[in-house]
This record gives sequence, C-alpha cells and structure tokens, in this order.
Amino acid sequence: MTLLPASVGETASLLAAQGYIADTELATTVHLALAMQRPLLLEGEPGTGKTEIAKVLAAGLGRRLVRLQCYDGLDLAAAAYEWDHARQLVAIRIAEAAGETDRGILGRDIYTREYLQPRPLLSAIDPDLPPSVLLIDELDRADEPFEAFLLELLADYQITVPEYGTIKAAVPPIVVVTSNRTREVHDAIRRRCLYHWVDYPNAARERAILASKAPGVPAKLSAEVVAFVQRLRSADLFKFPGVAETIDWAGALTYLDQHELSPGAVDETLGVLLKYQDDIAKIKGDEVARLVGEARAEVRQAADAA
Amino acid sequence: MTGRLGANVVQFARLLRRAGLRVGPAETIAAQEALTQVDIGDRAQVRIALRATMVHRREQQEVFDQAFSLFWRDPNAAKQAAAMAMLDGRPDPEAKKAPPASRRVAEAFAPKPSAPQKPAEEAPPEAIALVASERERLQTMDFEAMSAADIDAAKAEIRRLVLPLDLQRTRRLRPDPRGQVIDLRGTLRQSLRQGGEILEIARRRRVTRPPPLVVLCDISGSMARYAQILLHFLHAVANDRERVQIFLFGTRLSNVTRQLRHRDPEVAFQMVAQIVPDWSGGTRIGEALEQFNRLWARRVLGQGAVVLLVTDGLDRDGAKGLAENMDRLHRSCRRLIWLNPLLRWDGFEPRSQGIRAMLPYVDEFRPVHNLASLRSLIDLLSRPAPARDGSWRMTA
Repeated sequence: MTLLPASVGETASLLAAQGYIADTELATTVHLALAMQRPLLLEGEPGTGKTEIAKVLAAGLGRRLVRLQCYDGLDLAAAAYEWDHARQLVAIRIAEAAGETDRGILGRDIYTREYLQPRPLLSAIDPDLPPSVLLIDELDRADEPFEAFLLELLADYQITVPEYGTIKAAVPPIVVVTSNRTREVHDAIRRRCLYHWVDYPNAARERAILASKAPGVPAKLSAEVVAFVQRLRSADLFKFPGVAETIDWAGALTYLDQHELSPGAVDETLGVLLKYQDDIAKIKGDEVARLVGEARAEVRQAADAA
Repeated sequence: MTGRLGANVVQFARLLRRAGLRVGPAETIAAQEALTQVDIGDRAQVRIALRATMVHRREQQEVFDQAFSLFWRDPNAAKQAAAMAMLDGRPDPEAKKAPPASRRVAEAFAPKPSAPQKPAEEAPPEAIALVASERERLQTMDFEAMSAADIDAAKAEIRRLVLPLDLQRTRRLRPDPRGQVIDLRGTLRQSLRQGGEILEIARRRRVTRPPPLVVLCDISGSMARYAQILLHFLHAVANDRERVQIFLFGTRLSNVTRQLRHRDPEVAFQMVAQIVPDWSGGTRIGEALEQFNRLWARRVLGQGAVVLLVTDGLDRDGAKGLAENMDRLHRSCRRLIWLNPLLRWDGFEPRSQGIRAMLPYVDEFRPVHNLASLRSLIDLLSRPAPARDGSWRMTA
C-alpha cells in the first residue's frame, strides 16, 4: 500500500499517473478528503468521471476497491451484512445433539463472525482485510431509508450489528459517494462529506483526457471531436453528452476510418453522443453541418497559429 | 492554525449564514482543519478548501464564490459591500449586470434586515368550528367570489385537509405477523429465546408509502384571484407529507419548497414573496415547463412521482413549445393531473390554443375553484392511478 500524498500537487500527479486528468479544484478536494479522512461526495452529470475517481484512487494507492452499486430497495442484507441462517440452524441442532441447552452459550456460539456474511459495506471496513477504497455509486438511486443506514458508517467508519457488536475499520477506508441527482441526497449525508460538483471539462482538459483514454485517435480528429462536443454542450439540448460519450464517439469515428469530421459521418454516429430522440432530431442535418464547419475552422485556426 | 486566520474563518462563516447558506460549527471546524492541509499562500487552494467543507450543494457555489471574493480580498471589503448594499436602491448601471447571487451577498454584508415576522398584533381567536350551513355554503362558493371573512374560513378548512395519495409498494420489508415473506433472521432470534426450538415463524411484509408529489402552480395575472387560496393549499400540502416539491411559475420558474415548509403560513408566504420575481405577471407556460424539464425533472420526478399542474392554460406566448414540453413532462412522471379553475363553468370547451396543446398529455383534468373541488381532488388522489390509455378524461 502506498502512503497518502502529502500535498495537492502530489495528489494531482497520483491521479495523472493513473490516466485521470483532474483540474486543480478536483485535485484539491480529493487531497482534502484523503488528508482529513472525510468521505467525498461527487455530484455531476452522468459521464463526467465521478466513478472513475474511486477506481483511480484504489489503483494509485494500491488499495482494494469495494464497490456498492445503489438501487431502489437496497437493504442491509445486500449492502452491509447477512447472517448465514442455514448454517446457524445446523449449529443449533448439533449443539442440541451434544446436550447443550444453556441459551446464553447457544446465543454466543451462533452469533460469531463465522456466521456473519460480509457484503460490500462491512467488507470495506473489515479490520482483518487490507485497507480499502469504498465506492458508493449512484446514491441517488437508493431510497431515503438506505441513506440513514449509511450515516453511522460515514461518520465513524463502523457498523453496529445488533446480535454481535460494533465492527470498526482499523484503517479508515477512503469513501467516494457519487450521485447523478435524480433525487436530492439528504442534508445529513451532505454534511458528513466534502462536496464537489464535477462539471464538464473545458476544451484543453477534454483533449488531454481523450489523448489519455483513447490514444489511438488521430490528433486532428481528436481536436475536431472536442471542438464539436464543446459546441454541442452550449446547444439547446435536453441532455448534453458527457466525457464518456466523447471518448466513445472518438473511438467510433476512428473505427470507421475517419481522419477528420464530416457531416455525413457525424449524422450516422450521432447515437453515440446523444441518447434522446428529440435531441438527435433537433441536431441532425443542417445543425450538424454548421457545428462541424465551426469546429473544423477552429481547429484549423489553432493549427495556423501554432 | 494561527488565531487570526481562525477568527477570519468564523467571521466568514457568519457572513455565509447571513447570505442564506447553512453553515454551522461543524462546517467551521472542518474548514479550519482543511486550511491546515493546503498551502495558505495559494488563494485558489484556500478557496477550494473552504468551499469543499462549507458548501454542500451546487446551487450554493455561486453565492459562496461571490462571498469569498468579497471577504478575502481585503479586510475593508465588508464595509465596502455594506456601502454597496446601501446604494442598491439608486439606479446603478453595474448593478443590473451583477449576477443575482451578488445581491444576496451584498445584503448579507449590510446591517441585518429584520427577518420576516408575524404581524405584531395577535389575530382574534379563530372561530373554532363553522356552523354547518355556513360550511355548506363555503364548499361550493367560487374562490373568486369570496369575501375576506370567507377566505379566512376557507383557509381554516384547507388546513384540515389531508392529501392521501394512492400508496406505492416499495421494496422494503418490515416485521408483520401476517406478512407474506418469511423472516429467517427474526425466526432464529426468537428460537434462541426458546432454547433453539422454532415454535413460531417470524414474517415480514412489504412497506407501502405515498409516491413523491410535485406541484407546478401558475401565479400569473389571470390566476391571481385564486393564488391566495391555492398558496394556503400548497402550504398545507408541503407540511403534510414527505417528498413534496412545489414550484411557482409565471414567466419564470421558482422552487419554493423550502420556504413553504415553514410551519407558520404567514412567515412562509413572506419568504416565498421575496424569492418569486413574477407575481401576477404574464404566463409563459411552455417556457416554464421547459425550464422544469431541463433543470428539475430528472431530480424530482424519480420513484414514480405524481405531478399536479395548476394553471388556467391561458398562455401569453401563443402556446409556443407547450405541446413538446407537456409531452416530455407526461412521459417523465407516473401521473399528470391538471387542475384548472376555468373548468367551473359548465359546458367549458377547450378553445384556447394553450389548453388544446396541453390536453392530449394529461392523465386527469379537474376543476379547482372551490373547496368541494379540492375535496374531490383529494378523493381522486387516494384512488389507484388508472392505466394510461393515451387520452384525457374530464372528471368533474
């Protein structure tokens, strides 16, 4: 396991070494979360690299990544722990056969770690396992009662099992909570976390991300793709393309042997970028041709200036 | 941490509180701790450190950034900002360009304005119960035709209304002896009390709860005469249940949920009045719905929400963009109910352009002009939602 970075600069280079291009705001917030041992709440549009942060931190710090994908109705048994009832029943029968009738001893014997099946949250703070990065992904998909389960974990890095006792992390896990804001996360959770809104990157950073994530894309195409997508994000759309879509799209165009943007190829691959029919219908054709023209002109000017 | 910087953080937290951010001692302590972890000579790092610890929502970031640049520029900034706030009343070409957040921050710097307060004089003790016949009369009287005294009585009635939405099955279970699902963990715990013998099987059942409710209420000129009563209705709804979001719109859309959550209706309405810029103005329903669809729909319409749209459908923009946005709204929620005060006239026909554009996309179309109609609305909401067949029903 690697030591935690000592400064904002070191945090930024730790992320960069794993191919994550963060702006200084995000790097500072991540550094603070590591130094202060506080959970990090990342909100932002889908496809802006929120989940990736946790993966990159785990890889960069040599910790194991524990991931909990949230969904409606997620409960303790699926998120934290579950008792192995079948084996407990067998243990009771065996104890009876051996003539054990003392209820106190019976209770002590079947509520032990042996019968406690850890799920992601318990596994993340298990003192017998190496330190972890805990990713609680898309918390907005879970319901409010689940957020309440999380409060103890996020505040003290411990889980209390009524029949067993309190299990506390030996080394506090690095906790990353993400939300796409399909529902507002409760204030109580927000107050325990450091907060950062992950925005769409600017053109320079998006080019750097593309170069790092899709190295096979020709430089000219990559610059034009970024210029086009950046323009698209100021168009009148219901849902803007995220960075993940930019990477996919650049890959798709390369796969189709495109070396520069052409309106025809853009029209054919628009479904990689935009996921709503209204948006595609609005942009396809004339608007695409105009945006492609602008994007190509911008890249040409930048090349001339250089 | 040096004492001077620590004291400044406390001062800054006080400023943020006055600008409307919820910054408590926990945030202040965290902020001071964060400052020990960054390079204090680096202004950008200080800003991010304070923001990550003191701001919990994206909406607060702009206010924070404004406050930060004013407060941490130089120690006299506070005085300057106070002076700016004093000058605010005069025509100032710069003031118009300033983003709305700067005004809130400037106000926070200024001497503390008196918080919205109840009128000083005590209201006369309210009549405990209405005489039966009077109640009867109130039920059917049009809100528009009510006198001040009638309105007071109607408000008291509205406060007694509760809104039972049809219950939704969740995926959560809770103990119930007659439940459908066997609870192994509970059974085992019980059996231990009986020396390991299973005498009884513990059971659990699914929890049901009301779905989220989103209200979009028109407060333009043509709706003004209903606005007072409707606000009381909305206040009752906001305080009656969890998971309610309330929006007002005329030409712009405002989320007033937090304000309406205040227990005292008078205080709540004063707070609403302060943040809503377009009382009794024109209506741009299409534009307001577009704003809602774009900024809020994904955030508040999850988990099977029911939408109440309160408007007369008289649109200033000639129904521009209305059909598309109604269509989108209808597709993003489980049930879309339109409350229209114009429906009180028998033989009402959807002749206005706006109404015709909206009708194909609503699940229910209801009058909302007197207490009886509010009551029948409540009955409707407590019934399970009918299946969508793509056509609207007129249910008066």
